[in-house]
Amino acid sequence: MTSALDESDKEKTRSVSVDLNNDASLLIDIPDALCERDKVKFTVHTKTTLSAFQKPEFSVPRQHEDFIWLHDTLVETEDYAGLIIPPAPPKPDFESPREKMHKLGEGEATMTKEEYNKMKQELEAEYLAVFKKTVQVHEIFLQRLSSHAILSKDRNFQIFLEYDQDLSVRRKNAKEMFGGFFKNMVKTADEVIISGIKEVDDFFEQEKTFLLDYYSKIKDSTAKAEKMTRSHKNVADDYIHISATLNTLSADDSTALKKHLDKLSDLFEKLRKVEGRVASDQELKLTELLRYYMRDIQAAKDLLYRRARALADYEHSNKALDKARLKSKDVPQAEEHQQQCLQKFDKLSESGKRELTSFKGRRVVAFRKNLIEMAELEIKHAKNNVTLLQGCIDLLKSN
Amino acid sequence: MADTARDPPPEQTDFQELEDGEDLFPEPAAAPESGPASLPAEDVSTNSNGPKQDSLFDDDPEDLFAEATEEVSLDSPERDVLLSDGPSPAITPITPPTSVITPRIESLTVPVSLQIEEEEGGDSFDIHIAVSDPEKVGEFSGTFWHLRDKQDSSGTSLSVFKQGEFSVKRRFSDFLGLHSKLASKYLHVGYIVPPAPEKSIVGMTKVKVGKEDQSSNEFVEKRRSALERYLMRTVKHPVLLKDPDVLQFLESSELPRAVSTQALSSAGLLRMVNKAADAVNKMTIKMNESDAWFEEKQQQFENLDIQLRKLHASVESLVCHRKELSVNTALFAKSAAMLGNSEDHTALSRALSQLAEVEEKIDQLHQDQANADFYLFSELLGDYVRLITAVKGVFDHRMKTWQKWQDSQMLLQKKREAEAKLQFTNKPDKLQQAKDEIKELEGKVQQGERDFEQISKTIRKEVSRFEKERVKDFKSVIIKYLESLVQTQQQLIKYWEAFLPEAKAIS
Repeated sequence: MTSALDESDKEKTRSVSVDLNNDASLLIDIPDALCERDKVKFTVHTKTTLSAFQKPEFSVPRQHEDFIWLHDTLVETEDYAGLIIPPAPPKPDFESPREKMHKLGEGEATMTKEEYNKMKQELEAEYLAVFKKTVQVHEIFLQRLSSHAILSKDRNFQIFLEYDQDLSVRRKNAKEMFGGFFKNMVKTADEVIISGIKEVDDFFEQEKTFLLDYYSKIKDSTAKAEKMTRSHKNVADDYIHISATLNTLSADDSTALKKHLDKLSDLFEKLRKVEGRVASDQELKLTELLRYYMRDIQAAKDLLYRRARALADYEHSNKALDKARLKSKDVPQAEEHQQQCLQKFDKLSESGKRELTSFKGRRVVAFRKNLIEMAELEIKHAKNNVTLLQGCIDLLKSN
Repeated sequence: MADTARDPPPEQTDFQELEDGEDLFPEPAAAPESGPASLPAEDVSTNSNGPKQDSLFDDDPEDLFAEATEEVSLDSPERDVLLSDGPSPAITPITPPTSVITPRIESLTVPVSLQIEEEEGGDSFDIHIAVSDPEKVGEFSGTFWHLRDKQDSSGTSLSVFKQGEFSVKRRFSDFLGLHSKLASKYLHVGYIVPPAPEKSIVGMTKVKVGKEDQSSNEFVEKRRSALERYLMRTVKHPVLLKDPDVLQFLESSELPRAVSTQALSSAGLLRMVNKAADAVNKMTIKMNESDAWFEEKQQQFENLDIQLRKLHASVESLVCHRKELSVNTALFAKSAAMLGNSEDHTALSRALSQLAEVEEKIDQLHQDQANADFYLFSELLGDYVRLITAVKGVFDHRMKTWQKWQDSQMLLQKKREAEAKLQFTNKPDKLQQAKDEIKELEGKVQQGERDFEQISKTIRKEVSRFEKERVKDFKSVIIKYLESLVQTQQQLIKYWEAFLPEAKAIS
C-alpha cells in the first residue's frame, strides 16, 4: 500500500511542531512511503544548497530501524550532551487496525454485505490514518534535526540523508558498539543521581522539578486522551450498524415508515462519517500532540540527567583533587581532570539552559496551534452535524 | 358496559371514513369526543432518592418474592392541563433525565394524544397518564407508584371516566395483574394486548434492600418510564380503554391484591407450563391458509422481529459506548486539569485548565445523550420487540381457533359415520344419542367457524391499527431523539466557541 501525500495534506497533518523546514539550505520531507507486510519503507527526500552534500537534490529509501540508529548515535555523541536530542519516532504500530480487521473477519457472517463493506471502509481509513501518523512522526524527527544549528551538521545525519546503499551494515556495527541494554541501565542510574544531586543553579532546580512533574502528568493525559478517542471511534462504528439495519428495515417496510427509515438510515451513515472525523481530528490534534511532547520532555529530562552526571563527575574530581593534594601525589593530573570536568559541566549547563528555554517556547507555540485547530474543527463538525440532523428532522416532519 | 354511562356526543365523528372501509369499533357510538387537543408538558418531578427502607418482615407468607409494589396516592391535582388550539398531535420534547446521581430528576412524561381523525376540526381523544415516584409504604412490603391520569379539563369528553383528573397508587404487581386479566380476555379473540414491563428480580431486590446508588436509581427510572408507556399504549387501544378492569385500575383507590402474578407462585408456574405447552402445539399445527393476507403479514412480522432485535442490540451497544465515552472524557478532563496545574507557562496553564472544564461539561453532555439514546431510541425498540411477540401470539391464537374448528369438524364427520353405521343396527337409544351428539357438534362446528371468522376479522383490524400506531410512534419518537442529538451538538458548539478565545490567548 503506497501513500502519496500531497502538500496540503501534509501541512494539515504536520502540527505537533512548528517552524520546521523553512530553512531553504536544507529541506527534508517524506513524500512517499510503502507498507510491505510489517515493514514500512520511507522515501526520504532532501533538497539542499549546502556544499557538504554531493548533490543538490536526492532521495533514499529508509526503514524505521535506520531512524533509530541515527537517534542512538546522536545520543551517544559526547559533544551533543548539552542538547535536547529530538525523540526517536515510535515504531509503526498497525496493531489496532489489524485487531479490528480480525474481528471484522470473524463477524462477517452476521452482517449484511453493505454493512461489511462499510466496516471495511472504516477499517481502511483507520489503516491509512495510522500510516499517515507514522510518516508524519518520522518526518518531524528529521526536520527537527535539519533545523537545529548544531545537529544538522552531524556527519551521521548527512550519511543518513545521502548514503544510497543499505544502512543496515552500519546499523549492526553501531549496535555492537553501544549495546542498547547498557544504555537502559545507565538511564536508571541517572534517575537515581538526578534525584540525589544538590543543585547549584536555580534555573535547573526549577526545570528539574517542573519536568519531572510535567512528564508524569502528560503521560497520564496522553493515555486518557487515547481512551477517549477510542470511545469516539466505537460510537462511530455503532452508527454503521444502526444505519445498515435501518436500511434493511426500510426495504422490508410497506407502511409510511418506509421513507422515514430510509432517510434515517442515510442520516446515520452521514453522521458516522462526521463522528469518525471528530475522533481522528481529536486524535491528531490532542492525543498525538500530548504524545509527542511526552517524548520530547523525556529527551529534555535526558539532558538534565547528562548534566547531573557531569556535575557528579565534577564533584568526584574535586574530591580526588583534595585527596591528591593531601597525599601530594599526582596533583597536576588531578587538577587537569578537575578542570576538564568543570569545563564539561559548564558547557552542558550553558547549552542546556539555551535548549530548555527554546524548548518551552516551542512547546507553548505547538500547544496553542493545536488547541486552536482542535476547537475550530470540533465547531465545524458539530455545525455539520446540526445541519444534517435538522435537515432530516425537517424532512420527517414535513411528511 | 360503559355505554350506559355515556351520552351520545353531539358531533359524532364518523370513523368509517378513516379506515379502509372497515369498522374499527364494534359499537356504533364509540367515538369519545373532546374539545381541542390538549398539549400538556407535564413535568412531574420524580423523587429518585429511592425507596425508603423496607420492612424486612413479611406478614404475607405467600409473598416471598413480592415485587416492589407501587402506591399511587389520591392527590388533588396541583397542575392544570394546558390546552392548545388545534388537534395537532401532542409531541412534547422529552427532557431526558440528568445524571442520575442528583436527587431530583426531571421526569419523562410521554404525553401522547390519540388522534382518531387527522382532519382539521376533528375530534380527538386525549388521555394522559403520568407515572411518577415510587414510594415505600411502611406496612406493606413494597413500593407504590403514583399514577396520575389527566384528561382535558372539559370533562364531558370521556364520560367513561368519573372525574377529569385524579391520581391513584398502584403496585407493580397491580400492573402485571391488569395485563394478565386483559390478556386472558382479549388475546385469544385477536386483540393485540400491549405486554407489561418485565420483572427483574435482581433489580427489584436491590431497590427493596434500600441500596441507593446509581444503578438502582436508574432501575427505578427505567421501570417508571416503562410503566408509563405500558399504560399509555393500553389506553390508546379503543377496546381496552373501555374494559372495566382498565377503568378500575385507573380510578379506584383500592385494588384487590393481584396474587397470581408473582413469578414463583403456583399460578406463575402454571403459566410457564402453559406457555411451554403452547409452544409445542404451535409447532404441530399446520394450517391451510386460505387467506394470503395472513401469510404475508406473518412473514412480514417475522422479518420485522428479526430486524428490530438487531437494531435494538446495536442501539444498546451505542448506549454502552456513549456511556464509556462520557466516563473517559471525565477522566481526561481531570488529567488535563492536573496537567494545567503542572504547566509553568501561565497562559498555557490557564488554557489547559479551561480545556479541562470544557471536557468536563462535555462528559455530562455525553451522559445525557446516552440517556436519550436509551430512553427514547432503545426503549422504543424494546417495546416493539415485545409488542411484535404479542402480535405473533395473536396470529397463533387464530391458528388454534382454526384447529379447534377443524377438530370439531372432524369429530362431527366421525360421529356422522358412526351414526350411519348405527342406522343398520337395532339400537334406538344409541341412535338417538348419536343424533343428539351430532346436533351438538353441528352447533360447535358453526360456532368454530364463526369464531375463526371473527378472530380473522379482528386481527385484520388490529394489525391495521397497530401498523398505524407503529408509524406514528416511531416517527414521533425518532423526531424527539433527533432533536436530542441536535441539542447535544448545539451545546458542543457553544462550549468550543467559548474555549476558542482562551486557546487564542496563549502567547
